[in-house]
Amino acid sequence: MSKTNPSLVPSGRSLSLLGKANLQQYVVYLGFLAIFLFFAIVLRDSGFLTVRNLSNIVLQTAPVTIMAIGLVFVLSAGEIDLSIGSIVAVSALAGAVAMNGYGITAGIAAGLCAGLLIGLVNGVLVAYVRLPSFLVTLATMGLFAGVARSLTDLRSIPVTNSAFTGFFGSGTLLGIPSLVWWTVGAICIGHIVYRHTRFGAHVLATGDNNRAASVSGISVPRIRLTVLMMSGVLASLAGLLYAGRLQAAKYTLGETDLMTVIAAVIVGGTLLNGGKGSIIGALVGSLMMGMLNNGLILMGLSVSDQMIVRGLIILAAVAVSLREKSR
Amino acid sequence: MTVTDVSPVLKLTDIRKNFDAVTAIENFSLDIFPGEIVALVGDNGAGKSTLIKIISGVYAPSAGTITIEGETVTMASASMARAHGIEVVYQDLALADQQTVYMNMFLGREPVNRFGLLDRGKMISDTEKLVQELDVRIPSAHATIRDLSGGQRQGVAIARATHWASKLILLDEPTAALGVAETAKVEAIVQSLKTRNIGVLIISHSLDQVFKLSDRICVLRRGKQIGIRKTSETDKNEIVSMITGVN
Ligand SMILES: Nc1ncnc2c1ncn2[C@@H]1O[C@H](COP(=O)(O)OP(=O)(O)OP(=O)(O)O)[C@@H](O)[C@H]1O
Ligand SMILES: [Mg+2]
Repeated sequence: MSKTNPSLVPSGRSLSLLGKANLQQYVVYLGFLAIFLFFAIVLRDSGFLTVRNLSNIVLQTAPVTIMAIGLVFVLSAGEIDLSIGSIVAVSALAGAVAMNGYGITAGIAAGLCAGLLIGLVNGVLVAYVRLPSFLVTLATMGLFAGVARSLTDLRSIPVTNSAFTGFFGSGTLLGIPSLVWWTVGAICIGHIVYRHTRFGAHVLATGDNNRAASVSGISVPRIRLTVLMMSGVLASLAGLLYAGRLQAAKYTLGETDLMTVIAAVIVGGTLLNGGKGSIIGALVGSLMMGMLNNGLILMGLSVSDQMIVRGLIILAAVAVSLREKSR
Repeated sequence: MTVTDVSPVLKLTDIRKNFDAVTAIENFSLDIFPGEIVALVGDNGAGKSTLIKIISGVYAPSAGTITIEGETVTMASASMARAHGIEVVYQDLALADQQTVYMNMFLGREPVNRFGLLDRGKMISDTEKLVQELDVRIPSAHATIRDLSGGQRQGVAIARATHWASKLILLDEPTAALGVAETAKVEAIVQSLKTRNIGVLIISHSLDQVFKLSDRICVLRRGKQIGIRKTSETDKNEIVSMITGVN
């Protein structure tokens, strides 16, 4: 509409809110930039700025980014999925065992099916039995961490199929590493589904006000089931990416990722209580977490110090982004 | 209107609703005709909102039948009521607070382009046209619901209902939170629905409003249907004593 609409009166109040909304969206980018500049200066002689190191950060972050996409959908729908770390381990192990026995197709299928099935269990319990997702996925997190341990008796399973390790790990296409293709592809698809489809709109409405969604004809249980299944499949894809890059599967894969993924998603502008989020923000958030990991290692901090510093920075980042949002 | 339509758009017969031991509605029967405004009045807790939720498919009635344009329907869900051309403005507005005005306007019915992607341009321009027609003063179609005032939110809910309704609109205290000017605006919108031949069932605690708008008045007291009066043949005293049960 080009002519001025008398009904659309601008008000000072809404303009200032608009300003705040923009600032809030930029917090993650500012934080990313600040951490990048800090490491670039402090670690200028330690190789932080080399192409090799920077691309390593992107490659190492790929599984977290993939999981973060799933979590954006889950949180936006007003639910949570704490079981993603365990799904990573179970999927990687199931995939590796099946591949060593029956070949690459069976391996990929087994890995993805593991995530799909765990997501289905989570989803049915949350959507149709109406148990809180926090408790359901807390339980399945523990349950499948145990399954991962018992699956191969704590042993590590080698992944030697070169087609697999190329496709999911060290390979390149057009000179670009496969992990970058996975990241870019998943982010693009995730963003389009989230922002530009009816499903994405219904996920947001469900997390925002499930009663409003329901009286508007949206099947709230179906949305809840779908996001938890998506999260399961994406976590199992992350498991396959780990297995491909490390050329081995072990029960410890994904063990510490839950906190990183949640932090990446929250810092990236997704609300913990649903109704609002960003896929691109989650990408920047997880790159920020990856950069933090990398920089702290290059700075020579001990593992325990790394954990403490990372925890504090995540706390600060989350506090800032939540503070911006609550206004 | 020149022609009087004889068949009711909505016919409720012996509707009853129990919540466990509580009987919220008993033996309620009512016909609403196209272009007719029926007011539903009664004290707090009389069962008015419950009745609206039964018609809109949120609650299933414990007994009784709902007939829409001669066809008996089982209203299994809110989307079925919508498919029958029934729209509702709920007392506790069913809006998604963190979404935009245009997303709420099209919630559950978002148009898509030929690639299956959301057609935001259409949603925005339709919303702008609608709020202009109804003179709902909101900052923009892009505004987030929670940044709007109570009156503006009510405006969005009413605009949504009038946009999509083809047969019947149910309004649960649509002006309870509104100022004088906004109330007058909503009343004008409700009256304009007559020309579209849409039936209206409006709940209101304001008898002035009820007498100004309605063709008939239906009184509920503690779930019991006390009676139905033609507005032109009754007065406030009679309605008040029907509501309270005191002469
Ligand atoms: N979901 C429910 N479960 C149990 N009881 C309910 C439920 N909904 C309503 N009731 C009861 O049914 C009765 C009618 O409630 P209802 O909301 O229909 O009243 P109302 O006429 O709309 O009142 P008000 O004017 O205050 O909005 C009340 O006694 C209420 O406590
Ligand atoms: Mg009520």
